[in-house]
Amino acid sequence: MTSTALAAHEVAVSYGGRRVLDGVDLRVAPGETVGLRGPSGSGKSTLARVLALLHAPEAGHVTLDGHRVAGARHRLPAAVRTRVAILFQSPRAATDPRLGLADIIAEPLRATGTPEERARARAAELADLVGLTPDLLTRRPHAVSDGQLQRACLARALVHRPDYLLCDEATAMLDASTQAHLAAVVTDYQRQHAAGVLLITHDPALMARWATRVVDLPPPPQS
Amino acid sequence: MTTTRQPTPVPSGTGTVAPADSGTVNRAGTAAPAGTAAPAGTAGRPGLLEVDGLTVRFQLRDAVVQAVTDLNLTVHAGELLAVVGESGCGKSVLAHALLGLLPGNATLTGHARLRRPAGERVDLVASSERHLARAVRGRAVGLVPQSPATALNPVRTGRRLLEETLRAHGRTRREAPAAAERVAADVGLDPADLDRYPHELSGGMAQRLATALALAPDPPLLLADEPTTGLDRPLVDHTLDLLRRRCDAGGAVLLITHDLAAARRVADTVAVMYASRIVERRPTAELFAAPAHPYTAGLLDALPERAFRPVPGHPPMLTDLPPGCAFAPRCERATDVCRTPPTPPAGTPGRVACHHPLTLGAPA
Repeated sequence: MTSTALAAHEVAVSYGGRRVLDGVDLRVAPGETVGLRGPSGSGKSTLARVLALLHAPEAGHVTLDGHRVAGARHRLPAAVRTRVAILFQSPRAATDPRLGLADIIAEPLRATGTPEERARARAAELADLVGLTPDLLTRRPHAVSDGQLQRACLARALVHRPDYLLCDEATAMLDASTQAHLAAVVTDYQRQHAAGVLLITHDPALMARWATRVVDLPPPPQS
Repeated sequence: MTTTRQPTPVPSGTGTVAPADSGTVNRAGTAAPAGTAAPAGTAGRPGLLEVDGLTVRFQLRDAVVQAVTDLNLTVHAGELLAVVGESGCGKSVLAHALLGLLPGNATLTGHARLRRPAGERVDLVASSERHLARAVRGRAVGLVPQSPATALNPVRTGRRLLEETLRAHGRTRREAPAAAERVAADVGLDPADLDRYPHELSGGMAQRLATALALAPDPPLLLADEPTTGLDRPLVDHTLDLLRRRCDAGGAVLLITHDLAAARRVADTVAVMYASRIVERRPTAELFAAPAHPYTAGLLDALPERAFRPVPGHPPMLTDLPPGCAFAPRCERATDVCRTPPTPPAGTPGRVACHHPLTLGAPA
């Protein structure tokens, strides 16, 4: 199938001999928000990591707009990797405690060789988009709240203008107002760039409000 | 927000709740009577924990963080009080202050009086570290920590942790094993899982073990600091229901959470914290049906099942709070009077700290 989408085909992943995903298909098309549900341990996060090109499946494969993606992480060219971004639940576990927020946001740009001046300007632009005030940008993670740090992570996820954004319980530890604001930022971005979004959440109200389509993962297969 | 709240009689403690149509606006100097909003049957009884004017400041190199400001609350036996607010509003500092676990750059003033089983009161603020360590932490006030993975000793099995705790709290070597299994069963832990080490437990099982450890000494008051962070919905509900059952059996729980749905599920009373202060404290159903403080209303509007609309603007820095209402810069109801603190007179804990509360009267 050569359609425009980020898709998992018959994907299988095991951890230490235990099969977590066993032949799973999932497709995220531009502009849609696919909600992914499933009991604890059913492999939601693993599937998100596979689709984020962070984890190569043992069997099956991922396609990006019809092209088969071989490998994951640094084995992929930056032009492929940067088309998909992921936002995790805990921003503390996803940020380098030694960097200020501006550097956290600009890191993916520097890593791909963006000129310093442009990286800085783009980071400032994104910080503004997610609602981080300039005085926060020199602070390091320990000096900001979870909500402020997750805003920085969202800004970082959007710096390369990804076509697909995967949110793995990204608002679970945030208060209602910050959650609603981040959801609005993602939805606006999605509208402007026709981006596809994968939404993993345990909150039925959030799922009902945000997802345009919901997919249920079956319980983990018995090993 | 419309004024839909009916002047229903609310089970009241020492205070009364102003009916919606009484026009009793909580203005500075003419504060509405303070509702202590205790569950039925506690009227007239003093609380198990009475926090009065609690204030916490952190001294930084070039600034002072106003983490908790003039906080008043009462928790009765059998009551589950939820303190809700966004991250960074000071709610976790409150829990740490009550347990004497603040870092060295903190100054703590005010009172937090805890009633002991014999009836005498100890002020947790004035207690020595020695007293807190021997008689308060664990014994009188239990803590369900935010992150069980980091709170559990990784080189002990669950059984060993539980038995150790029980023996430290007076059980004999003989009694401890059976008591440990009982406590484990209470929280829904399989006895087989007790022989695992913390890293072998899932997040949910680790949370149950941490809860069991907090419950083992049978403390009259339990502090639960974001106990459901990182758990999936069924485990969230399970943990919350455990806390609720604790209250129904006569215990008292102070639940600190950012999760409004959690508070709605189990709390008798909800206190909303904003920029170091409690801005509204009311019975749960009443607060969710008709929030009075504009910040509470904004927070509820942000819920995905409601308007899914964030509160406009940003919370202020705790190092730089305005002299008046800290929410005024984000509040569409704010007027000039909001530059003065919406604090009711001393001795009457404010139910709604606002010059222009939503259901108690509109600005003229």
